[in-house]
Parts: sequence; C-alpha cells; structure tokens
Amino acid sequence: MPDVTMPTTEAELADFVKTARASSTPIEVCGFRSKREAGRPANCAALVSTARLGGIVFYEPSELVVRARAGTPLHELEATLARKNQELAFEPTDLSRIYGKDSMAASLGSVAAMNISGPRRILKGAARDYLLGLRAINGEGETINAGGRVMKNVTGVDLTRGLCGSWGTLAVITELTFKVLPKAPETRTVFFVGLTDEAAVGVMSAAMGTPYEVSGTIHLHGALVARLADPEIAPAKTALTALRLEGSPQSLAHRVERLRRLLSPFGESYELDHERSRYLWADVRSLAFLSAQFDRPLWRISVAPSKAAPVVRALSAFLDVRAAYEWSGGLLWLELPPSADASVTDVRRVLAEYDADSMLMRAPRSVRSGIEVFHPQPVAKMNLVRALKKSFDPAGILNPGRMYAGV
Amino acid sequence: MSVIMPKEDLRTLSRRQAIISGLSAAVGSGALISDEAGLRAFETDALTAYRQPPLAVVLPRSTSEVVSIARFCSENCVKLVARGAGTSLSGGAIPTGDAIVIGLSRMNRVLDVNFLDRTATVEAGITNLAISNAVAHARFFYAPDPSSQLACTIGGNIAMNSGGAHCLKYGVTTNNLLKLKMVLMDGEVVELGGDFLDGQGYDFLGLATGSEGQFGIVTEATVRILPQSEGARPMLIGFDSAEAAGNCVAAIIADGLIPVALEFMDKPAIRVCEEFAKADYPLDVEAMLIVEVEGSPAEIEDQIGRVGEIASRFNPKTLRVSQSDAQSAAIWKGRKAAFGAVGRVADYLCMDGVIPLGKLAEVLKEVEAIGNGHGLRVANIFHAGDGNLHPMIMYNANDEHEKVIAEQCGSDILKLCVDAGGCLTGEHGVGIEKRELMRYQYSEAELLQQMRVKAAFDPQWLLNYGKVFPLDLQERFAAEARAHA
Repeated sequence: MPDVTMPTTEAELADFVKTARASSTPIEVCGFRSKREAGRPANCAALVSTARLGGIVFYEPSELVVRARAGTPLHELEATLARKNQELAFEPTDLSRIYGKDSMAASLGSVAAMNISGPRRILKGAARDYLLGLRAINGEGETINAGGRVMKNVTGVDLTRGLCGSWGTLAVITELTFKVLPKAPETRTVFFVGLTDEAAVGVMSAAMGTPYEVSGTIHLHGALVARLADPEIAPAKTALTALRLEGSPQSLAHRVERLRRLLSPFGESYELDHERSRYLWADVRSLAFLSAQFDRPLWRISVAPSKAAPVVRALSAFLDVRAAYEWSGGLLWLELPPSADASVTDVRRVLAEYDADSMLMRAPRSVRSGIEVFHPQPVAKMNLVRALKKSFDPAGILNPGRMYAGV
Repeated sequence: MSVIMPKEDLRTLSRRQAIISGLSAAVGSGALISDEAGLRAFETDALTAYRQPPLAVVLPRSTSEVVSIARFCSENCVKLVARGAGTSLSGGAIPTGDAIVIGLSRMNRVLDVNFLDRTATVEAGITNLAISNAVAHARFFYAPDPSSQLACTIGGNIAMNSGGAHCLKYGVTTNNLLKLKMVLMDGEVVELGGDFLDGQGYDFLGLATGSEGQFGIVTEATVRILPQSEGARPMLIGFDSAEAAGNCVAAIIADGLIPVALEFMDKPAIRVCEEFAKADYPLDVEAMLIVEVEGSPAEIEDQIGRVGEIASRFNPKTLRVSQSDAQSAAIWKGRKAAFGAVGRVADYLCMDGVIPLGKLAEVLKEVEAIGNGHGLRVANIFHAGDGNLHPMIMYNANDEHEKVIAEQCGSDILKLCVDAGGCLTGEHGVGIEKRELMRYQYSEAELLQQMRVKAAFDPQWLLNYGKVFPLDLQERFAAEARAHA
C-alpha cells in the first residue's frame, strides 16, 4: 500500500502533480477509496486523494445550482439539498454494497469521475447532463476551469463532458458545479410479477413511451427479488417488474390510473404507496438486489432496450445468469458464477453481435489484472483514446492503466 | 472588417485546378461546385456581415464519399469546412478562400426509427424539424428546438450543441444524442456513443458535440425521441418593467416550478414581433414573458394557477392564458420569428451570452446602459429560464463605422455576461465572431488544453480553421503541425 497524500488546497494538489510530472512518477488518484476495487488495478508508487478537498462552495436554491469540492461526501451534499427540497436528479447509484463499503463512503468527485447515474437517469438524464462545470488539475499540474455555473454553455470545447467519466486518468477533478432540481413530493410504483424478460422489457418500453413521466424502471429475476427489503415482495422470489412515478398526489393519481389502464394487456398490475415505493427505489438505487459476495463477477452492460432480453437469453444458454434490467432494459446488471476469468470470453462473444458496451464492475483483483475490464474499442477509437490521454497527461502519470492497458 | 480572417494558404490557391480535379475524381463532377456564381451561395451563413467564397464546394451523398473527400483533403493539406443549412449566427460555416466546403444537405434521410427504444437514426443533413415530423404520427418528438428548426440541420445542431426554447425542461443537443458516426480528417470512420445510454469509457460523444466542426464530419446521428406530453399551453404575462419580469422568472424557478419554456421579450422586441406575426402580444408593456406548461389538463390548470399566483406578486399589467391551439401557435410563431422580424426593420447582431438567473434584472439594466452608451437600439429576446440572453443590437450594415460600434457594443455585453459569472455563448457557438473574446473567459492554459483536445481529433488543423480559438494560437498549432509533417 503506497503512502497517501491528501492535499488540503487545490494549489497543494497542483504542486504535487507538478512534482510527480517532473520525475515521471505515476500517481493513483482517488477520493475516499470506496471504489478502488473498480476498474483495472493501478500500480502506482504514489497515491493522492481529494478527501480533504471538501465542502460546499456555494448553493443557490433559487438558481438550481450548487458548487462543491470533489472531496465533499455525497450524502452531505444530498442532505444539504434535501433541506431545500431539492436533489441531484440523476440520483447517483450507491455502489458501496457491491464493493463491501460503508454506504456513506462516496465522494462527489467519484460521481463525476465515473459518471454514475441511478434509476431516474432514464427520464431525467445522467450525471454528465447535470454537470455544469468543473475545475481540475491536468497531468502538467495546470488548473483547468471547464464550463461554469450557468445552464447553457457552448463556449469552446466541452471539457466538462470530456472529464466526466474519465476515471481520473485525464485530470484530477477538484471542484464541481451541478444543476439541481426540485424534489417530487410523492412517489408511487406500478408493478407486475412473474413476467418473462421479453414481456418485462415490453412493459417498461411501453411505459417509457407514454407521456406519464415514468422516472424509474426495474426488472429483476426472482433470485434477485429475494434480496429486496419489502416484506411482501421479497419472499415471493418471482420476477418483479416495477415502474416509478413521482409528482404531486393529484397528478400521480391521474398518471398511475392512465398508465395501468394502458399496460393492462401485459397482465395484472399492482401499486405501491409512497412509503413502500420509497423503500423499493432506495433498494434499487443501492443495488440491494445484487450479491455482496465479492468473488461473484458482476457485469454492467449497456445495450438498446430491445436487445437486452436476447443478450441475457444468449448468455443463459451456457451460464447461470442472474439479471437486473434498469433503464427500461438499457442497463443490465449481470451476476455470474465465480470463475477464473469472470466469463469474459463468453460475455464479449455474445455482445459482439450487438452494439453494446460492457464493463466488468466487480471481480477479484487478480481477474481484473488479466482482462480488459472496459469494453474493447476498435483501432481508430483506441487511437483517439491515446491522443486524448496525451492531450491532458502527456507523461501518463495520472491513474495509468486504470481504464485501458498502456493508457 | 473587424474580425480578421486567417491568411489564405497560397500553395493551396496555386493548386486550385488540381484540387478541383482531384475532388471530382473522388466524388464525381455532379457533386462539385466550382464556378463563381455557384460558390457565392456558400460565402456566408446567418452572420451575413462576413463573406468569403470557398475554393470549391462538394455535396456528398454518403459516408463513403465523405471519407474520400476527407482523405483527399488530408493528403493534400487542404482545409475543410462542414456545412449544414448555413444558419449559424456566429459565422461557424463561413469558409476561407483556400477551403473546401463540404455541404451535407444531400444526406437528409431518416435511416431508422425505433419507438420501443425511443431512438431515431438520421443522416446529418436532415433538418431539425424533419426529425420531429418523422415521428409525430406516433406522438413522439425530438426535443431541442432552435428558432431556425425549419431550416437548420441536425449536423449543425451537433456542431453547435444547439438549444432552443424548450431546453429548460428537455436539455440541449448534447443531452439528447446517443451516437454519432463521424469521419475523421484522415478518413477513419468512428462511432462515438452507442445505441444505449452512458457506456463506460471516454465521453467522445460529449467532446465532439459543440466542437463547431473542428473535430470531424458527422454523417449520421442516433438521437433520443421523446413521447409528446398530454398537452401544453403557453401564457403571456406583461410587466411594467424588465426588472419585474426578471424577478418573476427567478421567483418561478425558486418556487420549484420548471415550465417547459420560459421566454422573455422586451418592448422593442414585442413590437417588432407583433407587427410580423400578429400574435396579439400586449403592446403597452415594457417586458413580456411567455411561460409554457405541459401535462394533463388538470396539471396544466394547476401549474397555470401557480405561475399566475407568483406573477401577481410582481404587478403584471396583462396575464393571458392561451385558449386554443391557434392562439398557442400564434404565440410561438411570434417568438420563433423574432430574428426574422427584427431583420425586417434593421440589420442586427444577435448576442448569445448566458448569466446566472439571480443577476437577470441587474444585467438587463446594464445591457440597456451599454446600448445607450454606444447610441444603438437593443432589442432583448431570450430564454429567461436558463439565463440565456439574446440582445439584438440594431445597426446599419452599410455604415462601416456603425458596424464597428455595434460589434464593440456586442463585445461589451458579452464581457458583462462573463463578469456576472456567465459565459460568452449559450447556444450559437463561438465561430469567428467571439473567437478573440475567448481570452476574456479562459486562461491561456485552459485555451491550450482545449486546443490540444481538438488536435487529438484533427492533428493537421484542417477542419473549420480560423474558428473558436484566438487566431494567433491557432496559427501556432497549425505551424507546428506543418513542421511535424
């Protein structure tokens, strides 16, 4: 375990990077290290953390904007917003469970660095869509301001989007500005039980095609349903397909009624009240339906919703797959039996037939060291990956190899 | 001219005939324009104060033709400017005399619509409105709606990351794209993004969107389509002062209401638009808001009630809710025709700065003072909900002196936006117009970082040269690229 440096100012961090640059010393970049077991393992002599670069810089509820430093605990920021009845509308997924961490462990910086968005993404957009601007230190130790605090900004190259989801490999994010939205007062859930995967995707896609603003969809295989907290749903261990709606009570009554009527051809539907809905969607957000067993490989697959069930079916022909379908089927969480290579060859062979993105979200370090954790890219695209990396970090000192070998 | 265009490459100009023959061999003479009259049609865009015919124009019909053109230009070190409908307000499509314009207008097909996945795949030259029209029968639409949506192309929208009146709720172009097919300058074809939301890996889709045609040539795009709301209704609220209107906007947002659109017009703008569109705008007010809400009939009633209640705190002179589809259409016709309407009474420069909402009233006062200081009339029309101002500075384009003053006035307004904590451009792009102002918003290190990213896509600096970045910095990069070659 290398020594951890925790700068308390941005200038100190910039100096640290400059020094590392001068000696070409690779640095592992992290926040609270809650997701250190995600991605490819970095092997660096030095480790720098933004954990002490925390705090809200400003919060203007009437302008729907908040600026905070990267080391701000996510739960602290969310609590501040909640006091004004606002929230991060993209509802970042809590990954702590799958990595066996404390549920309060995530930093705001990690949310941007990994572009983490939860169930509401399907209606309201992703972390990258709410990020108005950021500050970061590139591999030269220079401070880069990107975007700003305003809702619309096309001034120059959109480095905000470029750095969001770059896993600390291009620059160390020090400060973030997010657009926030009012919290909906009430939540309802419409759900179906025992649907096949194909039928479930049909229900979710039909629901998303209505004007009733469904703000979350999930379909779980029966084995995953058992891990939910709801005392009535969980014991049934049969497939669950749930749709979330949010808003004022009057508006919800109308939309739930219309939606259920429209979806009646798919079978009998049921409804959860506000309280039970809150628990269910908190479970979805924290991936409570996934195993906490660390040696169980977990894949995150992005694919067009209409292709999700065929992907799962193809894999199920030779693997024991437990699947969760988020985002109307566009985001698959696949839990596979433990194996030496996390079944990478099978997964990628099946996905080669589709336009899909795959990431091995969880596997033992030894497995992640030996395979491509991020989805392999064609040659022309890899050339862009290397050129982009070089444009920010010419000496290749920031999180080298964290995303792609040799980058 | 106050915007200096880059020096033309004499070596390219001297090889004009050879270049034209080469392009003709690559795409056929039917896709090539090289006569003087033909080239004139491509000499400017909606920033009409600047004009320069290109060396030649090519109008490809397929991605493979775009590949041939890019490869030929790359091998021969010839600059390339991609063009959609030429509606850029910042000069984004204005060529240099040594550049080839690649017009995407013939690539305008809808390739695929998938209502279950809620996506449409289209060629880059299709107009923005044609996408919505292609999916309207199933009650879907493509959300970003620039005022020029009847003419502007999705390729241009992607280049500029265009917004529109309804992006307060639905976001701008970058929030509504899934995948781009892009031809790089060396002829490589890359797919950025995918048929899905948020894969892992670098967000090249996000970087390329808004790159003003400097990263590559987009030939196809997969966009998100959304279900139309159950209904929508706009209302007009008139105030005695711009300040009251500005405060009302801030109060609506602060109350937790997100109308689907929240537009502001001041008196000069109202008058001109009313004359043009006969939308029954109130003529006796200093400022007017168009607030549109959507949902079920009950939700619309509820939101209109809440907006009305908030507005009443600011002593509105008029408050009128649209009573029919025809009235709603007229209200929007007036707003969307604003640029054309102002253009009928004067030449104008349209600014596009963005400010934090809380500064609205204060900045409006200052904008008026800047206009008065330069002795020019300024009409204000803007997307108030997201702080995106469109001051329109009226002047006489035939008067060189007045043109310089108008540009100075615009520059002062944009600096004011940056000083207020905002930015130079919210949806029109930097183009040639605001290139030199980039130093006001960004440090040298920040500009160089952006330029290195651009060079990662186009190391030869041949795509839409002379735009976005201060010219001296571009010349430095281009010279290094030449030396390297």
